[in-house]
Amino acid sequence: MSALREKVIFEYSRPGRGSRDQWPAEVAPPSQLPENLKRQAPPLLPEVSELEAVRHFTRLSQMNFSIDTHFYPLGSCTMKYNPKACNQYAMLPEFLGRHPLAPESHGQGFLACMFELQEMLKEVTGMQGVSLSPMAGAHGEFAGVAMIRAYHKARSDLARTEIIVPEAAHGTNPATAVMCGCTVREIRVAADGDIDVTALAAAVGPQTAGIMLTNPSTLGIFERRIEEVARIVHAAGGLLYYDGANLNAILGKVRPGDMGFDAIHMNLHKTFSTPHGGGGPGAGAVGVSARLLPFLPIPIVGRDAGRFRWLAEGDVPQSIGRLSAFMGNAGVLLRAYIYMRMLGRTGMSEVGDYATLNANYLLTRLKQAGFEAAYPQRRASHEFIITLKREARELDVNAMDFAKRLLDHGFHAPTTYFPLIVPECLLIEPTETESREVLDAFADAMIRIEREAREEPEYVKGAPHSLPVRRLDDVRAAKQLDLTWKPKGGV
Amino acid sequence: MAFIPHTEADVAEMLAAIGVQSIEQLFDEIPASLRVRSLDGIPPALNEMQIGKLMSARAQSDGRPLCFIGAGAYEHHIPAAVWAVATRGEFYSAYTPYQAEASQGTLQLIYEYQTMIASLTGMEVANASLYDGASALAEACLMAVRANRKSKTHRVLMPRSVHPHYRKVASAAAGNQAVRFEEVSYGPAEGRTLASTLARFDRQDITALVIQQPNFFGVLEDVDALTRWARERDIFVIAVVNPTSLALLKPPGEWGPGADIVVGEGQPLGVPLSSGGPYFGFMTTRMAHVRQMPGRIVGRTVDVSGRDGFTLTLQAREQHIRRARATSNICTNQGLLVTAATIYMSLMGPQGLARVAAASHAHTAELIAALTRVPGVRKVFPSPYFHESVVGLDRPVAPVLQHLADRGILAGFDLAEHYPELGHALLVCATETKTSAEIERYANALGDVMKAARAA
Repeated sequence: MSALREKVIFEYSRPGRGSRDQWPAEVAPPSQLPENLKRQAPPLLPEVSELEAVRHFTRLSQMNFSIDTHFYPLGSCTMKYNPKACNQYAMLPEFLGRHPLAPESHGQGFLACMFELQEMLKEVTGMQGVSLSPMAGAHGEFAGVAMIRAYHKARSDLARTEIIVPEAAHGTNPATAVMCGCTVREIRVAADGDIDVTALAAAVGPQTAGIMLTNPSTLGIFERRIEEVARIVHAAGGLLYYDGANLNAILGKVRPGDMGFDAIHMNLHKTFSTPHGGGGPGAGAVGVSARLLPFLPIPIVGRDAGRFRWLAEGDVPQSIGRLSAFMGNAGVLLRAYIYMRMLGRTGMSEVGDYATLNANYLLTRLKQAGFEAAYPQRRASHEFIITLKREARELDVNAMDFAKRLLDHGFHAPTTYFPLIVPECLLIEPTETESREVLDAFADAMIRIEREAREEPEYVKGAPHSLPVRRLDDVRAAKQLDLTWKPKGGV
Repeated sequence: MAFIPHTEADVAEMLAAIGVQSIEQLFDEIPASLRVRSLDGIPPALNEMQIGKLMSARAQSDGRPLCFIGAGAYEHHIPAAVWAVATRGEFYSAYTPYQAEASQGTLQLIYEYQTMIASLTGMEVANASLYDGASALAEACLMAVRANRKSKTHRVLMPRSVHPHYRKVASAAAGNQAVRFEEVSYGPAEGRTLASTLARFDRQDITALVIQQPNFFGVLEDVDALTRWARERDIFVIAVVNPTSLALLKPPGEWGPGADIVVGEGQPLGVPLSSGGPYFGFMTTRMAHVRQMPGRIVGRTVDVSGRDGFTLTLQAREQHIRRARATSNICTNQGLLVTAATIYMSLMGPQGLARVAAASHAHTAELIAALTRVPGVRKVFPSPYFHESVVGLDRPVAPVLQHLADRGILAGFDLAEHYPELGHALLVCATETKTSAEIERYANALGDVMKAARAA
């Protein structure tokens, strides 16, 4: 990989070159457009042949780590294998060509998949209703908190504008609360990793709109007092929001609805294996308990007398509304549907089983090698945290150095420096689709890096050494902004 | 079947290493009362051959009708190379490029995308995408509230000629943050926003004006005059544009004194219709506002040995750093669609994209001419349009659409629900994909349906 360098595509461009076979036939320039509305100078798009474009973007792809090429234990992101069948059957020409505003008569096949997906998600989460339209986890969070606000407003309970989040929460949680017009109160996590229930009881009150929780928590452990948390929040008049980032850990084992949650989002791109696409698209379907059913975002797929149809404003008058121009990331939803049908009833709990087995096995191997677990007395869920504070102190080699050196060893780095409350941490999520040999190889690499850190710390601190670039100057990137390519000598 | 590689021997050895008897024991911290007993609502597993048959049957039942619907999603030819490359595992199965050194491919591609989309819209900087055009508009309204420090009211003027779903999404997304939307009516004869209509806001504190070009009716707005009006009053202009049209139409950066924020739906750039998603929203702006822009941004920098490289930058705006004070809660965006769009724009180049735009315009003109020859069909607005236009029928639209759908023609979008004031009105679109024969087929079928209904 180290030899790979690739020019910016504009540097291949030559005036008059082009992929002409992809263009439509030329027509006479439009005569009826007013002069003052016409474009004068052409946009800066490359002029390249098809082969040049294909070669350029293929080379760029080869500069990426991905699940298909590398172990990718990025904690909290559930980088499991994305089955090829899910992509192939979601890309059947009829599905790709279907217009979002096509009549229901020309969408019964698609709508059947969406309806059944809603039903399966309800079943596996224990919720009473599901809407598929949010387009990412954070978008689902927005829908969830907006529904909680709408619920309180509908009851004229207008003082409830405070959202409680644990200090270890994902950054999207507080950001979402603010986007929904709420204020945020952070509460502490106890030494054993569970929420400090006493602090919670003291924090709730008539201002409490709700609490946002991940379970298993961002610390990679199951929140054991969840029933007590639910009682406290509900008794105070608040609702519970479940951040589904870690649903993979408990799939088929325990359901958010049974834990007492009122609103949840599911990251279909994590738990249900739709591709991450280099940063999206995701899909953040939301589920609700009975009291939030009237507020679900639209559209939803309903069924009348065996025919599927869209439920919109007229059917769900109290809905928080539309979150996307059409119905969200439909093609992603198809992939999740295919994946769930392939898993079937027993496959669901196999996901939870083997994700947990792999995480606990890898944690065991790393502990045996002398690495320090952040919560050594606790079971790992589908992920776990090790802290490299001893290495940082004794060897001056920190978590980021380990992460970068792992790249040289052919592994994508785990999540670094999250959650913020654990110093020098790596959050490691192997997922169920990895074999034991891969886990062993990763543990061996960590052991090797530990040894390198003792013998040759500067080399580790200078990693990576074998990738297309070495460590980048982030300060310069932010200070001397270079966000678009400019031709030499100006346009 | 959960795509699990473990053999029985693997499991036994792994459990022994952990020091437990069974996988079940690993769940002993979960209260027993909460454990799932059964999942009867999930059907039994299908293998790959079985799911393939099921999905093929479902797809076939939806068919491949001839489509003249636009209304925010447009059927364009997608070169074979676009998705052949975009679905390579290295793009498809990677994640957000947090580890820059292991993600140079995705990062450089986004940098190239930012360059292309900024130039196409005539602006200085772009982000790495938002969810879709509608949610991008919502984010633009919130950004305008942050960036326009001369306005205190959070009032945004929203023309009725903006896509009705976009208006609803903006309300749903921004309404909780005290953004107030004021509807601006369109000239009933022209189908576009008139500067004279804005006069009633002349001396008021307004944060932003939204201008969609072409607007929902396909009509071209008088963007110079509207932008000038706004700039003279320190009102931000948020442009909502169709990227294909910008090969022919003046980019928002050149509207009068220039728009402040530009957003739009990226779907026409190589993304299939796919029942509404995944698409991607684009956003561009002036350099002066870059720190108020939401979403990921890629910058070029150098590594420790002085070589060029790419990295996520200005992350202090984002939720994972700033938490409750972030510009937005957005985390995941639409990276794969940006990958496709970047390949699409590279294959099209300035000439190819201009051909697509010109052919779409010409085919729509041909379609309007053919449809308005049918007795009982008329053109509603005389104004110039890009690749969509409104035709009026002498009877309710819905039954006509259903008859045509039964003949395999999706004849347009019925405006009755969103624009009852237009009477029996239908929004139609023909892109470069429509041939003269297909346009004639539609016109003939419409003639038959109208005649049959008249005879009945």
